[in-house]
Amino acid sequence: MNVHQETSRRSFLRTTGLLSLATSALMLAPRLAFAVWNKAAFETKTLADAYKALGVASPAASADIQLIASDIAENGAVVPVEAISKIPNTTQISFLVEKNPTMLTAQFDLTPDMLPEVSTRIKMGQTSNVIALIKADGKFYTATKEIKVTLGGCGG
Amino acid sequence: MGLPMKIRAASKDGVTEVKVLMNHVMETGLRKDPAGALVPALFINEVTAKLNDKVVMQAQWGQAVAKNPYLAFKIKGGKAGDKVSISWTDSSGDSRTDEATVG
Repeated sequence: MNVHQETSRRSFLRTTGLLSLATSALMLAPRLAFAVWNKAAFETKTLADAYKALGVASPAASADIQLIASDIAENGAVVPVEAISKIPNTTQISFLVEKNPTMLTAQFDLTPDMLPEVSTRIKMGQTSNVIALIKADGKFYTATKEIKVTLGGCGG
Repeated sequence: MGLPMKIRAASKDGVTEVKVLMNHVMETGLRKDPAGALVPALFINEVTAKLNDKVVMQAQWGQAVAKNPYLAFKIKGGKAGDKVSISWTDSSGDSRTDEATVG
C-alpha cells in the first residue's frame, strides 16, 4: 500500500471510530424509562390521526371510566377535568378535545404505585366533546363528555 | 430555571394525595399580542412525579393544558415525612423541580 492510501485508511478508521464512539455515547445517555415527548401525536388535527399516532386501534367505550367535568365551562381557558378509571391494570390516562386545533391535550403514564385517576385543567377553544382515553393491559377504552364553552380559550 | 410551583401532599388511609399548581404561561402559539404578532408557543411538555426518588408518574403535555397548570393525583402508600418531587421541562428546554414533604 502506498503512503497516500495508508493515510486515507487511517483517517477513515479514525472518523468511523469517533462516529461509533459518539453514537454509543448517545445511546448510553441516561433517559427515563418512559417515551420522549410524542411530537407527532400532539400535532395531530383529527381524532383518527391522534389515535393512529398513539397506536390506538378501535378504542371501546367503557362505562368503567368516570370523566368528571362541568357541563358548562364559563372560561374555555381553564376547564377542570378529572378521569377515574375502574378498569384493572390501567397504565395510561389521556385527555383529547375533539374541536381543539390539535386534539391530544395531555397524557399521563402511571406506574403501579398510582391510583388510576388524575385531575388537571385544560384549554378548550369551543364547545366540544372531551375524551378520556384509558390504556389498560395494552388495550384502549374511552369515555366521552360534551363540555359547552361560552368563552373560547385557545387564544382567539 | 422556571418559576416555583406549589405542592401539597397529604397522606390518609394508605393513600397520598398530591396537588400541584405550576407557574407557567403555557402559550399555545395561537395567541396574538396587542401589535397583532403571534406569540410563540411555550409550554410544559414533560412532567415527572417522584415519591422518595422513585418515579410514580410521567406525563406528556401539549399546549392545551391550561396556563398555570393544576395537577392532582394519588399515590398508593406514602406516609407523613416522605418526599414528593415534581419536575417539568418545557418546549424551550427550560426545566424546574420542586419538592414537598408529605403531611
